[in-house]
Amino acid sequence: MSLGIHIKHKINKFTLDAEFHIVEPGITALFGPSGSGKTTLVNMIAGLLHPNSGHIQLNDHVVFDHSRNINLPTRQRRVGYLFQDTRLFPHKSVRDNLFYGARRNHHKLPHDEQDAILEMLDIAKLMDRRPNNLSGGEKQRVALGRALLSNPDILLLDEPLSGLDHARKQEILPYLEWLRDHRKLPILYVTHAIDEVARLADNVVVIDQGRTLAAGSIFEMLGRSDLPPLAGRFDAGTVLPARIVSRDPKAEVSFLDCGEQRIVVPYLGRPASNKVRLHVRARDVMIARTPPRDISANNIIPVTILKIQDDPGDTLDVTLCFGHDADALSQAETHARPTLHARLTKWSATRLGLLPNLTVYAVIKSVTVNGQLRDR
Amino acid sequence: MINLTPAEIEALLLSLRISGVAVACALPFAAIIATALALGRFPGRFILDAIVHLPLILPPVVMGYLLLIGFGTRAPLGAWLYETFDLRFVFSWTGAAIASAIVSFPFQVRAIRLSLENVNPGLYQAAETLGAGPIDRFFSLTLPLALPGIIAGAITAFAASLGEFGAIITFVSNIPGETRTLPLAIYTAIQTPGGELAAARLTALSIGLAFAGLLLSEVALRRIRKRAAS
Repeated sequence: MSLGIHIKHKINKFTLDAEFHIVEPGITALFGPSGSGKTTLVNMIAGLLHPNSGHIQLNDHVVFDHSRNINLPTRQRRVGYLFQDTRLFPHKSVRDNLFYGARRNHHKLPHDEQDAILEMLDIAKLMDRRPNNLSGGEKQRVALGRALLSNPDILLLDEPLSGLDHARKQEILPYLEWLRDHRKLPILYVTHAIDEVARLADNVVVIDQGRTLAAGSIFEMLGRSDLPPLAGRFDAGTVLPARIVSRDPKAEVSFLDCGEQRIVVPYLGRPASNKVRLHVRARDVMIARTPPRDISANNIIPVTILKIQDDPGDTLDVTLCFGHDADALSQAETHARPTLHARLTKWSATRLGLLPNLTVYAVIKSVTVNGQLRDR
Repeated sequence: MINLTPAEIEALLLSLRISGVAVACALPFAAIIATALALGRFPGRFILDAIVHLPLILPPVVMGYLLLIGFGTRAPLGAWLYETFDLRFVFSWTGAAIASAIVSFPFQVRAIRLSLENVNPGLYQAAETLGAGPIDRFFSLTLPLALPGIIAGAITAFAASLGEFGAIITFVSNIPGETRTLPLAIYTAIQTPGGELAAARLTALSIGLAFAGLLLSEVALRRIRKRAAS
């Protein structure tokens, strides 16, 4: 997949200025606070809105180019769009909703793939119902199925979980993970929730006040404390790639390898050598000058302070690089190492005399690490 | 069951025929104007809206008189229609149908417009992303979603037509078997010495008809609400 965007658009006083290019497949999160222009941007990709200037490229097709007067109508762009409010057709049965796009499409999905999608979404028994008689999660699944069965080249998901409560979210998330892992379908996932980004995204585009600020891999982006939408948030932190080394069902822990450090997390059902990602929130990381003893926290990781900066909300954000030898490494080498963020009070930093290049220990309680995030 | 006299049956059937033709002929125009009012943004929208509602506000006699001026065989439009197409509306049941159509027109436009405005525009966008073009969207979404509203509007307009008196008597007069609808028949009976019983019978007939119409439109409205609750 590739998605190339460079557009400018003015609506009243709001200016949208977006530029990014994604070439990797998988899920790209379009992350930003509400009102940052995410949905507007997605509507432009779908062709429901037309930017004042710029161009949009979907795979090999230029679907919009202001200077060349190209503007492909929505129905020819082959986008699957899952709207936040599902937009199921109220007068049609679930079956007719599901196949609405498929019936109008010349590039139909093979029957076995259609069946796989229907089976995955577990909607066989809803077929004859009307959308009004479905629960929120069921509606979302039917809408997702409708978009998928139209055999799109790209899937646009506009905050698919935002209207759902925690339980319903947990009901939908596995389907999205399945999509990411089993279909070679590029997905643009609009969200303002860091935990969803951490769980699903391979790449992240950060947008704030109508401007795309940065784009890159999940591991790179979530650790950046210079991006206003990410910094200082409750869930802000880092996502680290890790591999399961062994597990101890009796002690109910799993042992992971992350940047050649052993990390202990609550027991994960999956066996060794599975890849996972760890979401470590900055607020859950403690810093110690010497390795603490007789402490319940399982993870005491030697780290080097890379930088200390102000966080919104009168706290400090300390960037930590794995290993005590980081000051001897080149910038490229430190870049390749996993980094952590720790959110501290200024009082703590002063008390401990924390400075850049100081070697310290990051202390992380196992239970605060979300290791349930499957990675490919 | 009451046995109706031939004159009563004549008036009843004439009423039904005039109202039916009026509603059926006005429907396409009402649909076009309602679509323009609901979805279009053009200068003069407000004026069009006002003109459509005019028959609701003007006394029906005034409407009938205006029609007489317009469609009379000596009026320019009426003369042209008569000479070119051999169409004569004055003193004919077709003229009564025109009068009824115009007077009941606002009911149809309002109902269709409301049901069009009730369709969530997001549905059209969803259909577009799924590959449906404008005509496809009209037949797969607009029409089925607006249909209960269109039916309800047609029934209301039909009921209003059945009751039309002033415009008809002014425009096409009161000719038995041609333009004497139920209300005109009642009026005639009242004007005739000893016609009280006949008037009462016709009145009962009108009441029965009105109830049937209301019942039908209520059923249609329930269907709309059921569908709209999404």
